[in-house]
Amino acid sequence: MWLLDSTNHQSLITNHISLAAFDFSVFLRPSPESALNNLSYLLVGLGWSLLLALGSWVVAFVVGSVVGVMRTLPGRILPSIGACYVELFRNVPLLVQLFVWFFVVPDITPILGDWFKQQVPPIWQEFIAGTACLGLFTAARIAEQVRSGIGSLGTGQLGAGLALGLRRRQVYLLVLLPVAYRILIPTLTSEFLNLIKNTAVASTIGYLELAQRSASMAETTARVYEAFTAATLLYAALNLLVMFLARALERFTALPGFLGGDK
Amino acid sequence: MISIRNVSKWFGEFQALKKCSAEVHKGEVVVICGPSGSGKSTLIKCVNGLESFQEGEIWVDGISVADRKTDLPKLRSRVGMVFQHFELFPHLSILDNITLAQCRVLGRSKKQAVEKAVQLLELVGLAEQKPKFPAQLSGGQQQRVAIARALAMDPIAMLFDEPTSALDPEMINEVLDVMVELAQSGMTMLVVTHEMGFAKRVANRIIFMDRGEVVEDRPKQTFFENPETNRARQFLSKILTH
Amino acid sequence: MAFDWSSIPGSLPILWQGMIVTLQIALVGALVGILLGTLLALLRLSPSRLLSWLSAAYVTVFRSIPLVMVLFWFHLILIPLVVGLLFPGKRLELGFITALTAFSLFEASYYAEIIRAGILSVTKGQFNAGLALGMNRRQVMRLVILPQALRRMIPLLLTQAIILFQDSTLVYVINLDDFFRKAYNVGNTVGTLNEMILFAGAVYLVICTLASGCVRQLHRKLTVPAREIA
Repeated sequence: MWLLDSTNHQSLITNHISLAAFDFSVFLRPSPESALNNLSYLLVGLGWSLLLALGSWVVAFVVGSVVGVMRTLPGRILPSIGACYVELFRNVPLLVQLFVWFFVVPDITPILGDWFKQQVPPIWQEFIAGTACLGLFTAARIAEQVRSGIGSLGTGQLGAGLALGLRRRQVYLLVLLPVAYRILIPTLTSEFLNLIKNTAVASTIGYLELAQRSASMAETTARVYEAFTAATLLYAALNLLVMFLARALERFTALPGFLGGDK
Repeated sequence: MISIRNVSKWFGEFQALKKCSAEVHKGEVVVICGPSGSGKSTLIKCVNGLESFQEGEIWVDGISVADRKTDLPKLRSRVGMVFQHFELFPHLSILDNITLAQCRVLGRSKKQAVEKAVQLLELVGLAEQKPKFPAQLSGGQQQRVAIARALAMDPIAMLFDEPTSALDPEMINEVLDVMVELAQSGMTMLVVTHEMGFAKRVANRIIFMDRGEVVEDRPKQTFFENPETNRARQFLSKILTH
Repeated sequence: MAFDWSSIPGSLPILWQGMIVTLQIALVGALVGILLGTLLALLRLSPSRLLSWLSAAYVTVFRSIPLVMVLFWFHLILIPLVVGLLFPGKRLELGFITALTAFSLFEASYYAEIIRAGILSVTKGQFNAGLALGMNRRQVMRLVILPQALRRMIPLLLTQAIILFQDSTLVYVINLDDFFRKAYNVGNTVGTLNEMILFAGAVYLVICTLASGCVRQLHRKLTVPAREIA
């Protein structure tokens, strides 16, 4: 496992302090970790971060919507199951959940676990565990938002749909969710931004995403300052890009005259 | 057509409806009035099963609403309902608001549904508005669209739940005019409203409710000229002097 | 596969040491975070363009970087740099100081947003009413706005503290032995890694569920008078 151990630490500090000037050329030097130069090495890491975020988002969006809808249904059982899901995934630290998915689950899953440990290449093991973890963790947060989004539409829209003879399932799919998602675009955007940031936690299981690669570049090149600055700027750039795309999506789905509020 | 028999409903400890009974025959217009919190809206929502009730029974065209075996969506598709806050679907155009249930519930083709919608929009005087979205229309226009949306299902009866009480005063009449026209065309209607002018013009009977009870149920002349109970008299004097 | 829980009772004292580290990080992070966050929020809302911009920049920078990355920065660059300047030539154990500083400064940016929203939720009318009584801006803020805002914010501040308590597990990346890291180490040494991970997860689950339950109760209590006034 990479991570920063303290033996290197002191030498890195001395290096860092003696070489105060920012050295751009380090990015063009070949990376000892791969056939690429250091900049490309980081960019590939950004790609893995983004891939993990997108994969997790699919899981989070689907599971979160289902759990969120469950919490708005009549009766006792389904809403309680939804509530338990949210409590469970919100009250265990992300890092612990990740270790559960990466270490524990493959060990206790009969047949499939052995296949996972023996046949799946390490990078994909890390990716799959990361996707399951971040996806289901983020789902709990999305569920709360979907629930409050549907709640904010009030019972009137549900009643109107039912009164027309639509089945409950149809009312959710044709009316409540399409409107709720539109209202939720800004909050879902910030959830996605959180998700991107959380992908850095996958560095702890050795997933070579951006943060992990910046740490390893810092270690191999002894240019800590450059490596971390580059990674930080790449995260910020990705942030900006996502916000820009979300604004575009918001404009694209906006309803004439409708401000996302009440009547 | 609609038969409400001894219906009682509790919200926890609070009894919202106390043994309410009422009949609406085919072609009749029945107005329910009463002070706020008297259970009118709850009662009318029981008729198409939007609210459940614990005791009594309601029959619509020979089908029991409370019967677990009843296909409620099917029953509701045959009874139109208009809400206080319109409840148009904000993400659909006016046209799509009216065609959605026709296609998804009645299985009509898009072409049939659009034809029907256009015809009804002309009836309520809003044919030009069909590509717009609900939020672009005034309250009165939205409510007329909501009436058209309900009529598009070719209902056997219409329920109105305070259709004008969320409207600005200058928009009330455009909605009432449509409702009067509908009444005169022979539609069976159950209407919760404070609009006594409307009641005087087209209602056959008036039901007066107070504190969850049906206090009076009488032909409109006798109700207005000679209310039986003190409660009704007080209510009328309050509402008519305004 | 069967679980072997037998190593847990014997390792409780070690785990408790880790829990103390965890609690210290969470407590200091929350307290300093709230103080600094309040300051940042006030600067953000101050009439000075420069101060407002600086505060906004601080918050934006911290909120757009992963916590792991922030910990890297503090661990390998900022703390060594500052300590190197203040105590040249000394070799100090910096992990704990790094964690305390990083979490305090990082959480401040999140607290700042909560507190700013809380202040903005008190209406402009209240502000004007204070001014009309002859108070100056600072008095209105201190005597009228903040007491109302804080009351509304307490549940959110506490919820953020629970999140901080959970996020403190990320000191894993700077090799600091908090509760989870201790559990992980014990599991690794004894060969009961799965059991220790699950046990640690269960401990966090119980603590956080209880804590968030309390916050919810408190939220209900705090909102009752508001309803009566309305």
